[in-house]
Amino acid sequence: MYKTSIRGPLVLGDKTFGQISSDIITPIDSKLPAWWKVAFLISLIAAAWGVWAMYITVRYGIGTWNVNNSVGWGWEIINFVWWIGIGHAGTAFSIFLLILRQRWRTSINRAAEAMTVFAVGCAAIYPAIHMGRVWLAFFIIPYPNTRGPLWVNFNSPLFWDFIAISAYLLISASFWYFGMVPDFATIRDRATSKIKKAVYGFFAFGWTGSSKQWLKYEALSFVLGGIAAVLVVSVHSIVSTDFASSVIPGWHATLFPPYFVVGAIFSGFAMVMTLMIIIRKLYKFHDYVTDSHLNAIAKILIFISLIMGTAYATEVFMAWYSGNPYEMFTFFHNRITGDYTFHFWAMVVCNAIIPQLFWFKKIRRNLTWAFIISLIINLGMWYERFNIIVTSLSKDYLPSSWTTYHPTWVEIGIYVGTLGIFTAGVLLFFKYIPMIAISEVKGVLKYGKENRNHSH
Amino acid sequence: MKKYWKSLEERKQEPGKARAGQEHEVLAKQEIIDFLEKGGDQIRPGRRDFLKFCGFGVATAAVVSSCKNPVNKAIPYLVKPEDVNPGESEYYATSFFDGRDLGNLVVKVRDGRPVKIEGNDKCPVMQGGTTARLQASLYSLYDQATRLKAARINGKDCSMDDLDRDITARLEQAAAQGKKTALLTATIISPGILAAIESLKTRHPGLYHITYDALSFSGIRLAHKVAFGQDGIPSCHFDKAKVIVGVNCDFLGNWLSPVEYSRQYATARRMSGNKPEMALHYQVESCLSLTGSNADVRIPLKPSEEGGFLKALYNYLLTEYGNPADHSHRINPAEIGEALLRHRGQSLVVSGSNSPEIQILVAGINHLLGNYGSTLTFGDQLLTGRGDDAAVGKLLRDIESGDTTGLILYQVNPVYDHFEGERFLTALKKLNFSLSSSPYSNETTAGCSHLCPDDHYLEAWGDHHPKENLYSLAQPLIPRLFNTRSFLESLLKWSGDTSDAQAFIRSHWEKHCYPRQERFQSFESFWVNSLQEGVFTLPAAEPTFSLSEETMARAGSNIPADGKGYEVALYESIGLGDGRQTNNPWLLELPDPVSKVCWDNYAALSPATAKALNVTQGDLLKIGDKLVLPVLLQPGQAASTVGIALGFGRTEAGKAGSGVGKNAWPLVSLTGDCFSYSLDNVMLAKEAGTHVFAQTQMHHSMEGRPIIRETTLDAYSKDPAAGNEMHEKIEKHHVTLYPEQEFPVHHWGMAIDFNACTGCSSCVVGCQAENNIPVIGKEEVGKKRLMHWIRVDRYYSGDEENPEVLFQPLMCQHCDHAPCENVCPVAATTHSNEGLNQMAYNRCIGTKYCINNCPYKVRRFNWFRYNDNPEFAFGTENALGKMLLNPDVTVRERGVVEKCSLCVQRIQEGKLKAKKEGRLLKDGEITPACAQACPSKAIVFGDLNDPESEVSKLFRNPRNYYLLEELHTLPSVGYLTKVSHRAGNTEDQHSH
Repeated sequence: MYKTSIRGPLVLGDKTFGQISSDIITPIDSKLPAWWKVAFLISLIAAAWGVWAMYITVRYGIGTWNVNNSVGWGWEIINFVWWIGIGHAGTAFSIFLLILRQRWRTSINRAAEAMTVFAVGCAAIYPAIHMGRVWLAFFIIPYPNTRGPLWVNFNSPLFWDFIAISAYLLISASFWYFGMVPDFATIRDRATSKIKKAVYGFFAFGWTGSSKQWLKYEALSFVLGGIAAVLVVSVHSIVSTDFASSVIPGWHATLFPPYFVVGAIFSGFAMVMTLMIIIRKLYKFHDYVTDSHLNAIAKILIFISLIMGTAYATEVFMAWYSGNPYEMFTFFHNRITGDYTFHFWAMVVCNAIIPQLFWFKKIRRNLTWAFIISLIINLGMWYERFNIIVTSLSKDYLPSSWTTYHPTWVEIGIYVGTLGIFTAGVLLFFKYIPMIAISEVKGVLKYGKENRNHSH
Repeated sequence: MKKYWKSLEERKQEPGKARAGQEHEVLAKQEIIDFLEKGGDQIRPGRRDFLKFCGFGVATAAVVSSCKNPVNKAIPYLVKPEDVNPGESEYYATSFFDGRDLGNLVVKVRDGRPVKIEGNDKCPVMQGGTTARLQASLYSLYDQATRLKAARINGKDCSMDDLDRDITARLEQAAAQGKKTALLTATIISPGILAAIESLKTRHPGLYHITYDALSFSGIRLAHKVAFGQDGIPSCHFDKAKVIVGVNCDFLGNWLSPVEYSRQYATARRMSGNKPEMALHYQVESCLSLTGSNADVRIPLKPSEEGGFLKALYNYLLTEYGNPADHSHRINPAEIGEALLRHRGQSLVVSGSNSPEIQILVAGINHLLGNYGSTLTFGDQLLTGRGDDAAVGKLLRDIESGDTTGLILYQVNPVYDHFEGERFLTALKKLNFSLSSSPYSNETTAGCSHLCPDDHYLEAWGDHHPKENLYSLAQPLIPRLFNTRSFLESLLKWSGDTSDAQAFIRSHWEKHCYPRQERFQSFESFWVNSLQEGVFTLPAAEPTFSLSEETMARAGSNIPADGKGYEVALYESIGLGDGRQTNNPWLLELPDPVSKVCWDNYAALSPATAKALNVTQGDLLKIGDKLVLPVLLQPGQAASTVGIALGFGRTEAGKAGSGVGKNAWPLVSLTGDCFSYSLDNVMLAKEAGTHVFAQTQMHHSMEGRPIIRETTLDAYSKDPAAGNEMHEKIEKHHVTLYPEQEFPVHHWGMAIDFNACTGCSSCVVGCQAENNIPVIGKEEVGKKRLMHWIRVDRYYSGDEENPEVLFQPLMCQHCDHAPCENVCPVAATTHSNEGLNQMAYNRCIGTKYCINNCPYKVRRFNWFRYNDNPEFAFGTENALGKMLLNPDVTVRERGVVEKCSLCVQRIQEGKLKAKKEGRLLKDGEITPACAQACPSKAIVFGDLNDPESEVSKLFRNPRNYYLLEELHTLPSVGYLTKVSHRAGNTEDQHSH
């Protein structure tokens, strides 16, 4: 029933199960390549800058940033939303494609899920670091206390945010981890060094591959998948309520929840594409991450890009149609024209126009182009968050408090730092975790080929 | 232990040679089994464990004990003073005069230290109002770095006795040599000090007294002397005027007695009762002043055109009176003249010029209109502004010629604020001795050989006689902080009088004031009453006088022709005035009400003039041959003129004030016997470089939004809700999904009348002092992080070269549907059952979401630790400066959000007081700091639950509306539409 005649085989080359295992585990067993070391060093340097910037922030105060009396949120929330968006890919891949019975996800979901965990982890740094008194961050947890008891404000979107993100991080990490258990067992079984055996053995959780275990494993996957499916939609919807439930022109829009979820999946898929092209290139996984995989992602990106374009147009239309002068000003005089023209048009061009190039098969199939466009989409999504957050705050109701906003090196540092942490995490993932779900790929080995054999 | 085996294989195995993979399992099992078998109590700590625990214990003790808790000194009274109740505030009346600003004050004293200055509402002139500078005058009391702490001779600290001996010897030595000693002071209005000077002069015949006011009002005084034989400055009564014409006269900001005039002006402009009537205000001026911003009609003119214009106006009036005279001028005086003629005896023309000729013309105009005796009176004439502008020049010549060998200075700083300051500094070196009695170090004290530190005014006894019929007393509110002595006591000492200041003033009042009144039968009751009330008033008797045609003609012929080229107009800024308080960070950080720039002075150019000079904002402009100032584009600055604020560019002001801006005093010149504060034919040239301003408002248009609603008097008389049609429409749509909030006891509200508010910003400093609001410095203000809880927004409309200006004081609106409240994740900001939007600082974690979601942008974030931080050394970093803090208000930590609380501490104090006395709160009993500081009483606070309270009445006024009411935030602050005579101000207001 999952047989795919249009897409062709999901795994190329005549692989045996043993070949698949060794192909995928090779990077774990082999020595670290030079590029890996260089990339890891750069990531660590970036992360160190980030740690320095975070230290400065906590030591001296949010004053080391350039946020001000009018623009209370700047790069930190832009990047928070950006990372959360990227963090949508893994779960979205695993869940939605599972629901849609798209078995081609098997080669990609592991990397996507890893990316999710690192991205959500990076995102989680921001809500904490942007607090004026981060050492009291635990106030946001609704725990019984002797202060009354004093509860949190259950009406606040930031509280919803906290719940949504922690739940999402927990579920994504669990989902990712449990998906890896059989693969860890594979590595354990093949490992020669004692340490490796012990470590992977620990993480393999005593997996033997018995039918009983597989049965439980499947059941758990379904349960976690079911929860995660809801969270994929809820987490960015809730992030969007940070804005949608406010009174600020440009924020106060009912469009936001779907717009944010779609935007998140957009950036997530783009990031998956970036990552898969890198993995494919560096680890020569052409047989597993096939052209047709990337082709499928590109097609999805076209579709989402159209939704993004529609959302942007809807926002502008609603600003005009509502007759609300404040909304009108924000959209027509502070985005389409005005101080932030560049950011607005960068968003439109990067997200709604450039991805349309994927309509051309030549571009879709050209990995260089696909790689560049995937990066452009993530840049565009960054601009989208900049647009929403900074332009709306910089010029809201009373012109007396209008201002502009530019980041300081500390704010840039935190961003670069999270990029460093993310890439370092991804590099470690390359090295220590099977990048492709071995057990799942084995399950789809026959698809396509079997079909073709029959037709001949 | 018994060994169990599963297989033979296992049994055969030697222990420790377990199959790979089993080893750790076996070991783990072994441990558990061991534990179970032996039981917990059999495991005794061995020697190693003992050492481990010991080491841990020592390390913990060391770490914990090294976390030092800060030591706070709180020393209780051994014997409680009678009047001091810990935790309770006492209020004492006192008065202030620093040679420039005048104030009758009530000072809040907590635990023996003054913490807040307020206006004295017992004073019939000030009526409880203050200016920003008066509010800020408290700061200098605790200014650790700048206050002089001990007497000093030639740079060496000494005792007061040593100083007295040295000075007396030098005075006597000078007298023996036939040399003179000069006493140079600012205008002295203290009868006590004047009497002491007289006795010092008797003791030392070589001593002579000269008066010097850097910002001089000698022109107007001389004019009245020449014109009417009255050597004084008449009191103005703007409240009695139906037409007000100001010519380069910032009477709401800096001219003569601004607190008094602001109140009068508000009375003249307020819509009271159902009388649709208000004074018509014309302002003809060079710089867009606070007063000009409030005018109905504002006409820009160059400083040199002032005389010509007033002459034309005078001649126009003459013509209308039947004596045809030439009244042609670039600015046609007909419209103003006609308006004045319609209200003879009920009009007022004032000029800020210091030229006696021009002031004679003004006196002539007022005389023609019959304003003397009604809007201008001499019975209560002002006794300030007694300076002799030529005196310093003469003194310099005397010093240089060696005639004068000694100099005593009081309340003057000529090295800084005289245009020959450098020459003065050189001259100081020539003197046998130069003594300055000043509470603070400044440019002149730096050049003096002797320093006799004066008390701060809050530490000393004093008396003032600011108006012919008004006396006030000053009393010490804190023991001397340093080894200082009031100038009065120094004078007494040097003249051999042994009485202290209190006894001297008391006896002086007994001799001179007590006999002039009839209310009190004993001097004791008179004295106690005057001390309690702070002031003592007498009925004013109006003298009669006439004006000769000949004088007028002579004055008219002395008016110079209009100047050529670029002109410079010097003015005092609202914050700093003449520069006496330039080390005051509150004032430095007070945005100029019009330009919204703080921490700087600048060359104000109109956009067209700047274009002609090819400069833009921030470019450097060389003015004349010395001064280089950054350009500020100031709409409304008269074409081809440059406006420059005085009071900046101090070099010895102190940590905060030194080096802020540039000193413009050297541009002042002496014309005839009077200082002239303008220049013509000035060379202006662009210099390389740019300058960044700390401007708190970057956007100057309301963008057609109904933020400040205004209307014309005509429209208002037809419909009192004119310009406010929106309000009713929005009120009709009032609906809420949630139950209406209930405020069972009180519902606090505030109403702000745009017709009374002049934009003077004294509320801003009042609030800052009351609520411990930190000063953050120029760089941080430039990042748009000003901490003020109340700000005054200023909007321009119309012509860029001569805009109409609107002001809006804005604090937290205490919305009943507050957008900030529902977004806080930790419920740190909540609504009280009295309608207050409150902040629990302890709970705040600083997400800043409330800041973002506040449509009024009145919430402030503590970006850094401002308190107790050497990076923000604006007072609270040192122990003395901390005494400035109001103990009733929490000092906020880094990372929390703060905002206006409607002075909840005052509400609480008022409620407790009423409760203790077993009565209901009276309306008007509680006054927030902003409302208290307001000289025009534009801010009214009260209980909305009481339908008879003043604020309730104002809320029912058809002019009342709420800012951004279309958002349905239901603010507790109402604004009353601005009604003015401005034409066409409704054009783009209500298009939405």
